[in-house]
Amino acid sequence: MEEHTSSTINLQPSTVWAALASVPDPEIPVVSITDMGMVRDVTVSDAGRVTVTFTPTFSGCPALHVIRDSIEQAVRDLGVTDIEVKSTLTPPWTTDWIGDDARERLRQYGIAPPAPTGEGQLIQLDAEPTRCPRCGSLNVRMTASFGPTLCKRMYVCDACREPFEGFKSL
Amino acid sequence: MTTGTQALTDTQTQALLLKLTVLADDEIVVAHRNGEWTGHAPILEEDIALANIAQDELGHAGLYLTLAQNLGGSDPDQVAFWRGPDDYLNTRLVELPKGDWAFTMIRQFLYDTYEALWLEAATRSTYAPLAEIAAKAAREEKFHLQHTALWAERLALGTPESERRTQAALTELWPHAAQLFQPTHGEAELTAAGILPDLNAVHVRWTDLVTRHLTEKCGLTLPATPDAQPGRDTHTEHLAPLLEEMQSVAREYPTAEVW
Repeated sequence: MEEHTSSTINLQPSTVWAALASVPDPEIPVVSITDMGMVRDVTVSDAGRVTVTFTPTFSGCPALHVIRDSIEQAVRDLGVTDIEVKSTLTPPWTTDWIGDDARERLRQYGIAPPAPTGEGQLIQLDAEPTRCPRCGSLNVRMTASFGPTLCKRMYVCDACREPFEGFKSL
Repeated sequence: MTTGTQALTDTQTQALLLKLTVLADDEIVVAHRNGEWTGHAPILEEDIALANIAQDELGHAGLYLTLAQNLGGSDPDQVAFWRGPDDYLNTRLVELPKGDWAFTMIRQFLYDTYEALWLEAATRSTYAPLAEIAAKAAREEKFHLQHTALWAERLALGTPESERRTQAALTELWPHAAQLFQPTHGEAELTAAGILPDLNAVHVRWTDLVTRHLTEKCGLTLPATPDAQPGRDTHTEHLAPLLEEMQSVAREYPTAEVW
């Protein structure tokens, strides 16, 4: 990095996106914050100001501060000094934004990926069907509807007998 | 989703600030009561579940209070940690001591149903920032409601002892639940403008849903609903010690930036 200022001004949003793609989700390190669909927009102004807009997964997620700081650090590592990290609630984050590749990595990690949210009723008393990430069986039981993080539930597979975590369909 | 953000009049802004505070106060207080189960719930999974629910409710309070701050209100931390029992506007339903497990689950079921239905209606608010918050929070609330509806059923249809406790909890809590549907000052005008949901319509849906679940599915008996309720500024003796504990760290270290 020779000319600090010129390199900043020539920065492309795609470079910032690439940098953010290496920021892991603090609670599920096999996926990045871009895999999760949390980064909504990246802009670079003529003056070199980088603005990153992200959306929180859960409103009470205790990792939000970590994510915000990680975004800022990743952009700073590109040599940028003028950074703004904004959050937006619109449209609300949905697990439908988790990419296919990331879903497969979640599954290999032992977390059942979320089912499509669909256009079902918002107020419903039954949970969505879930497949065992190890053997693929649908013969599973939810053992706890809240897991170690806000985004997951706990299951046991009655086919292969393994306990596993499942991503909530949000 | 609404198309744009209409400008609020001064009167509407004041009324909305009050309503947002009321919404946040219920969330903060019920979250604290749920948090009291940390390390004490009957099984580890439920310890975790209530901590999750409490986190979500605090997240919702954060959404309401941040919106209030954007409308000219105080800093959310100030509102939560530097007001005393005379200024809190939560219902008595949420401030009553946590009681036994049945009491906690029935309270949370009554509250979750109200919150889920209110939020669902608020997604159609003509005031876009509120509609956005509601769309976000409603998705999370669904999980709370599924959880507590199941617990109400499990306890009511469990053993004679669990049924007795569940009925006792419902008998004690039911008269307080109506307070959730007390309109705040200026709320009618905001409802007429489409900014807030029609609380009466939410009340009708709530009564229908909880009655069907608790009586038909769970076999419980609903007590009578009292004709009148004290206002949200009238608290039981239980709120002051709750706030004292909840606010103790903030008040001991008033200049701390990270707690």
